[in-house]
Amino acid sequence: MPGKTPHIAQPSRRAFLRRLTCSLMGALGTGALGLAFWDRRGPSPAVVAPTSDPLPDFRLPEKGGRLAIVHGADRGQTLAAALHALGGLGGFIRPGDRVLLKVNAAFATPPMLGATTHPDLVTHMIRLCLEAGAGRVDVTDNPINDPASCFELTGIGPAARRAGARVVLPTEDRFESYSMTGGRLIVRWPVLTRPLREVDKLIGLAPVKDHHRSGASLTMKNWYGLLGGRRNIFHQQIHAVITELAMLARPTLVILDGTTSMMTNGPTGGSLDDLKDTHTMIAGTDAVAVDSVGAGLLGRSVDDLPYLRMAAEAGLGTVDYRSVSKGAPSL
Amino acid sequence: MRIITARRISQIFFVLLFIWFCMAATLGERWWQLRGWPVNWLLQLDPLHALGLWLATHTLYKGMLWGVLTLALTFVLGRFFCGWICPFGALQQLMGVLGKQGLKPAQRIARNRPHAAQWIKYGLLLFVLALAAADMMNFVVSSSRQSPLVFWGGLAAAVVGLVVLHAFQWIRMRRDVAVIVAALLTGGLLFEWMAPESRWLAASLQTGLLDPIALMHRSVNLVVVPLVDAPLKVTSALPRVYPGSLLIGLLFLLFLLLSLRVPRFYCRFVCPLGALFGLCSRWSIWRIGQAGDGCTHCLRCERDCEGACAPAETIRISECVLCLNCLDRCGHGVMGYHLTPSAAGESASPDLTRRQVVVALAAGLVGAPVMRLEGSAGLDWNPSVIRPPGALSEEAFLARCIKCGQCMRICPTNVIHPAGLQGGLEGLWAPMLNFRVGSSGCQHNCVACSFVCPTAALRPISVDERMGRGAFAGSGPLRIGMAFVDRGRCLPWAMDTPCIVCQENCPVSPKAIFTREEFRQVRGGLYMVKTAEGHTLVLQTTALRQDQYATGDYFCRYADEPPRPIAASNDDSLTLGPQPVWSRWPEPGQPIEVLIRLQQPYVDPTRCIGCGVCEHECPVQGRRAIRVTAENESRNPSHRLVLS
Ligand code: SF4
Ligand code: SF4
Repeated sequence: MPGKTPHIAQPSRRAFLRRLTCSLMGALGTGALGLAFWDRRGPSPAVVAPTSDPLPDFRLPEKGGRLAIVHGADRGQTLAAALHALGGLGGFIRPGDRVLLKVNAAFATPPMLGATTHPDLVTHMIRLCLEAGAGRVDVTDNPINDPASCFELTGIGPAARRAGARVVLPTEDRFESYSMTGGRLIVRWPVLTRPLREVDKLIGLAPVKDHHRSGASLTMKNWYGLLGGRRNIFHQQIHAVITELAMLARPTLVILDGTTSMMTNGPTGGSLDDLKDTHTMIAGTDAVAVDSVGAGLLGRSVDDLPYLRMAAEAGLGTVDYRSVSKGAPSL
Repeated sequence: MRIITARRISQIFFVLLFIWFCMAATLGERWWQLRGWPVNWLLQLDPLHALGLWLATHTLYKGMLWGVLTLALTFVLGRFFCGWICPFGALQQLMGVLGKQGLKPAQRIARNRPHAAQWIKYGLLLFVLALAAADMMNFVVSSSRQSPLVFWGGLAAAVVGLVVLHAFQWIRMRRDVAVIVAALLTGGLLFEWMAPESRWLAASLQTGLLDPIALMHRSVNLVVVPLVDAPLKVTSALPRVYPGSLLIGLLFLLFLLLSLRVPRFYCRFVCPLGALFGLCSRWSIWRIGQAGDGCTHCLRCERDCEGACAPAETIRISECVLCLNCLDRCGHGVMGYHLTPSAAGESASPDLTRRQVVVALAAGLVGAPVMRLEGSAGLDWNPSVIRPPGALSEEAFLARCIKCGQCMRICPTNVIHPAGLQGGLEGLWAPMLNFRVGSSGCQHNCVACSFVCPTAALRPISVDERMGRGAFAGSGPLRIGMAFVDRGRCLPWAMDTPCIVCQENCPVSPKAIFTREEFRQVRGGLYMVKTAEGHTLVLQTTALRQDQYATGDYFCRYADEPPRPIAASNDDSLTLGPQPVWSRWPEPGQPIEVLIRLQQPYVDPTRCIGCGVCEHECPVQGRRAIRVTAENESRNPSHRLVLS
């Protein structure tokens, strides 16, 4: 506009210096941040999860290769007798020991259908552990059906809580990427290891069940419940994975409950017609021998269960259970 | 105590109650879990559901009777539910208060001016009620058929009565009488023309789409609880997944944010429940208004008027949510809650033209039949829409489901999800099962969803009925669908790889999945024997991998001898197991075959209940090799698959 000169404010020197400092700091800061986060190579192709340390070996060398078979209908009595035949639970559990019971809580079915570890067995085992001086007893499994429902409906959860044990649910933070030493299948696989790392003794409690793919679900197959992830893929080599699992877990003791056995339609069952009273409790430190007895309860031979021979060959025990058996008292 | 303090306490109480119910809708034995807590009580107090259900089914299911109480009280007190009970109203109000911070009184007053668009909610109300009304019409049509005398007699009596009343000048408006008489006569003729099974009589219950209580439950059940509880793991050990919850959450957020700008945006413009209350409060005995002279027109009452009802002028009774802010703010003691109309005048009925009413009703009456032309509830049913056990046949189901998401919340395995458009527009946000998601399939001995459903869209079933036991042994188990093996994807069928995870996990007894054994020659599995010693065959190859055939699933066949298991394999030899014994032994130079033993799965349609456990467990992850569709579901007998 003619006649009017716009008034331009002259910045004071101080204001100018302040502005200069700010802008320089901004420029330098941006540059430094950019450099600090500069990624020259881009992502590398395979991000391999680190695998965690080997799991403890829970076996007691002096107690190796033992087996006791007891006949009877009452789980409390047969369990006590079987453990007595092995020299008493006190020989396995030292006072103050933390004990983990790995049950089979795979399915959300009531206990009478026999698809899961019987809650009575869980109760008795917890009591015996506590009597033997155990400082703490945990109960865990990674079931197939919804975990919370499984522990409630099978009666294992309530039984464990009543008897004074802790139920350890398979939450995500309890799994680690694990590689079994010498393993071919269980390599960098999510395994429910944390509960095992927090204890001194590990005991497996499994029912006797028919299993179409592997022949039978017994104590070694029970460790399948330690696997996480899409573990079903291992069914492609079920015998090999059962063998590896038996090498992974290395329990203090395994108990196979053949009071009733699921003869058909396993491992889910679903009807009382699938069950048969076989009135046998087997306890031992030789899982291969224990499971060989279990196979017999189902009317199957060692040859029907290739994983038994594979495990025996891997040095995990003997299929000739008579050579280690502590006799079979009947109650 | 100030009256609005009482109101705030009531609002906080009901919000807490709502949160508590959402928490308690968890399956379990603990005291805070679902053990008889009335988790549906707020849904039942909501008379829009009761009214919609009554229109759509001419019954009031169980606790829906509570809605009658609310409605009856509204006739006496006005919209007390909106101001004192509705948790969504409370949230809106809170947002509104936040949004008003720092505003000048004039700006506040401007936010609370009545807006012409407030009629929309009445339109929505009439529309959804008309959508649902077909069953009532059905009822009328069939009773007109059963006793035409009563029907036509009644109609004639009504017409004569109206005319007489008018003739003696007990009622005046000539046009109204003419319209009513005409409507009665055309209605009667229309009903006579319709057959009870006419496609015009399709009822669709859509009250739940916009009902605030259903909206709150759906949004909190499917969005808020899964988000908040993911780290806490109180209601679920595994993080919950609900496909489609994004839209639900966005809408919830949108309405909350809108109320920052416009106080109670949802209540003023959208809420069909508020509209219903608004219509009823027309006759309410107590009402807000000015008690007499004394109003200085200072407009203090309008600063925080939640309903935008202009209490300083002609108060809109139907918009008043009884927040009582005007009572509290009025410095002259003029505003009151009393029996007489406001001294400054009141308009009792909503701002709604006859044309708007007719359009909304007509759209609703036509809406349901038009939606049915889609055929998604009929011939073009979508087999991937699997409804929870206990679901009624599709049309009856759509006449009841209010999309509240209670079933999705309670499901212990997280397998029930809100549908998108898979089941048609009508079925938006109604429950459907997706077996890829969740912690396992639909649990065999669980009937939780059928018990929690407030409307019996899922009718309560017992475990015995579901399993087909006891008194239900004759009718067999309830099937929600059926599994089909995709032989092009199944490992044993398509890839010579043993699996049968599906068979293992099938929970029914006897299993619905059975297998047939097949020994199939592996790829390149024909070898020439070099030497044969003991149980070991040395082959004319050195290309085998160590232990390649030692997994327990490989067998060796020679001529027509039975397959023998391979116990160990080396780069050039196979060691066979001892059984079965062969009568002949291969000579050098003769061929043997390496076989894989496959168990191939089949589904028995007479046993499969469609629980989807197999689909969930199948290791073929992307598109499962065994998948359940709604084929053979019990609820729609026309979807039956096999005869036996
Ligand atoms: S079926 Fe589910 S979403 Fe529908 S009304 Fe019943 S509980 Fe609510
Ligand atoms: S689980 Fe899937 S891949 Fe395995 S056998 Fe069944 S359908 Fe086939």
